[in-house]
Amino acid sequence: MKFDATTIQMLRTGIWESFYMTALSSLFAYVIGLPLGVILVVADQDGIHPIPWLQKILGVIINLLRSVPFLILLFIALPLSKIVIGTRIGSPAIIIPLTIAAAPYVARVVESSFRELDAGVIEAAQSMGASTWQIIWKVLLPESKPSLLLGAALAVTTILSYSAMAGFTGGGGLGAIAINYGYYRYEPFLMWISVILLVVMVQVIQEVGTRLSKKGDKRIR
Amino acid sequence: METPIIQIRDLGKEFRTANGPVRALQDINLEVDAGEIFGIIGLSGAGKSTLVRCVNYLEVPTEGDVLFEGRSMASMTEKERRATRQSMGMIFQQFNLLAQRNVIRNVCFPLELIGVPKKEARERAMELLRTVGLEERALAYPAQLSGGQKQRVAIARALATNPKVLLCDEATSALDPDTTKQILELLKEINRAMGVTILVITHEMSVIEAICDRVAIIDQSRIAEVGAVSEIFVDPKSAIGRRLIMGEAAHQAEAFKQQRSIRIIFDGRESAEPVISNMVLACNAPVNIMYAATRDIQGKAMGQMVVQLPEDAASAERVIRYLRSVRIPYEEVGENEI
Repeated sequence: MKFDATTIQMLRTGIWESFYMTALSSLFAYVIGLPLGVILVVADQDGIHPIPWLQKILGVIINLLRSVPFLILLFIALPLSKIVIGTRIGSPAIIIPLTIAAAPYVARVVESSFRELDAGVIEAAQSMGASTWQIIWKVLLPESKPSLLLGAALAVTTILSYSAMAGFTGGGGLGAIAINYGYYRYEPFLMWISVILLVVMVQVIQEVGTRLSKKGDKRIR
Repeated sequence: METPIIQIRDLGKEFRTANGPVRALQDINLEVDAGEIFGIIGLSGAGKSTLVRCVNYLEVPTEGDVLFEGRSMASMTEKERRATRQSMGMIFQQFNLLAQRNVIRNVCFPLELIGVPKKEARERAMELLRTVGLEERALAYPAQLSGGQKQRVAIARALATNPKVLLCDEATSALDPDTTKQILELLKEINRAMGVTILVITHEMSVIEAICDRVAIIDQSRIAEVGAVSEIFVDPKSAIGRRLIMGEAAHQAEAFKQQRSIRIIFDGRESAEPVISNMVLACNAPVNIMYAATRDIQGKAMGQMVVQLPEDAASAERVIRYLRSVRIPYEEVGENEI
């Protein structure tokens, strides 16, 4: 196969599709997962606003969703894509299953960031009469920011690698190119190009996350 | 008489743990007067940290009540309790500053919570930073400060909302002796200048001695004794009180008790007066000092000393007569007491 303008155009489209699938899914996953992570910590038995039954049920649901292999979830969730987006094939359709798979993952990543926070700082805020909301907005979130950014790099790279499976359901992106050309048509060259591009994307996301986290962290002198 | 600012009534606290209930506090009754510095001392695990958290209801007691300015905390709603906490600042052993906020924004934090306009909050914060001597570090982050500086920021933050009470939970336990001294001086100054009532929780007698007017000794979840610091130093009534004041010396002295011994009590004479030397010179008889726990509290010698009298009865009698003549209080020490 030739490495011509058509190929380059295909790869550019692939990069763009991988990018927007990942970006939109990450966005939606955080819109859902971040509040869930907050609830997991705040509503915990020893949390600042204990609602143990809610916390437990949420924990079970999250574990349940996280234990379904993504490929299976992808097929299960496609009818939902049909309802929400109007199609069950192509790149946009995969955003729904990606979000469903990523949101519980994000919730756990966010939860672990919050749990790293020193309980004494929260106690100090309580001693000043802070309400639950004030503690969430003014202590939990800003104090966990560096850790949340590192967690985001982890979550987004994971979502990117999940998005590569879109190829199985007629979606696009670099993963689809790798599967279609490398796996179905035995053209390893294009497969490797796609894989290398994915590797580069992961490196960039991780590097940006790490740098933002370090730059914003005031604990470093 | 004025109502005490804090009244602790029959307070108890039991924690439910996986290994069954654990009793942290029992039958606690205390009154803290407005404007005083009140100490609560106890060994670790005695329940003192739980007690201070019950005062502002960070821990909800399982029995009893706390009255703040005569108002029952137990019957308040959560919202009222939060409002009450704004009248009670608190500082901690580990400072608990917000690591991602600089010094001035840390001090502004409690003002932010009650919606004070930003400019006004900043002015108040700067004023407080001047009080604690840290105005030039206003833009530094906690990670750039020493332990003593962090505690100063924490004090400024705790005072931002003009509280009537400052709760100090082992506030100097993570600091070196020099810094401890400075922080204690600052607390004393704040108490004097602003009239803030201070409740000090500590395991160190030296902290109580340095700043407290009155002290409660807590042991095994209960109050062992309460009184003026000067009284408890002279004559601790409880076993735990003696142990805290005498330290390890109390145990060592047990070994020497065959001979006739007396306890000499220093109840506030000039610390410059060489009591024991004078006695030895006047009686021309050597005494064996077994242990001593004396402190110089504002120029007065406070505390006690146990000495073994000379072996021959005549010399021993001379010493006793000398003490009586110069009016130094003393008492014979029996076999099993210290």
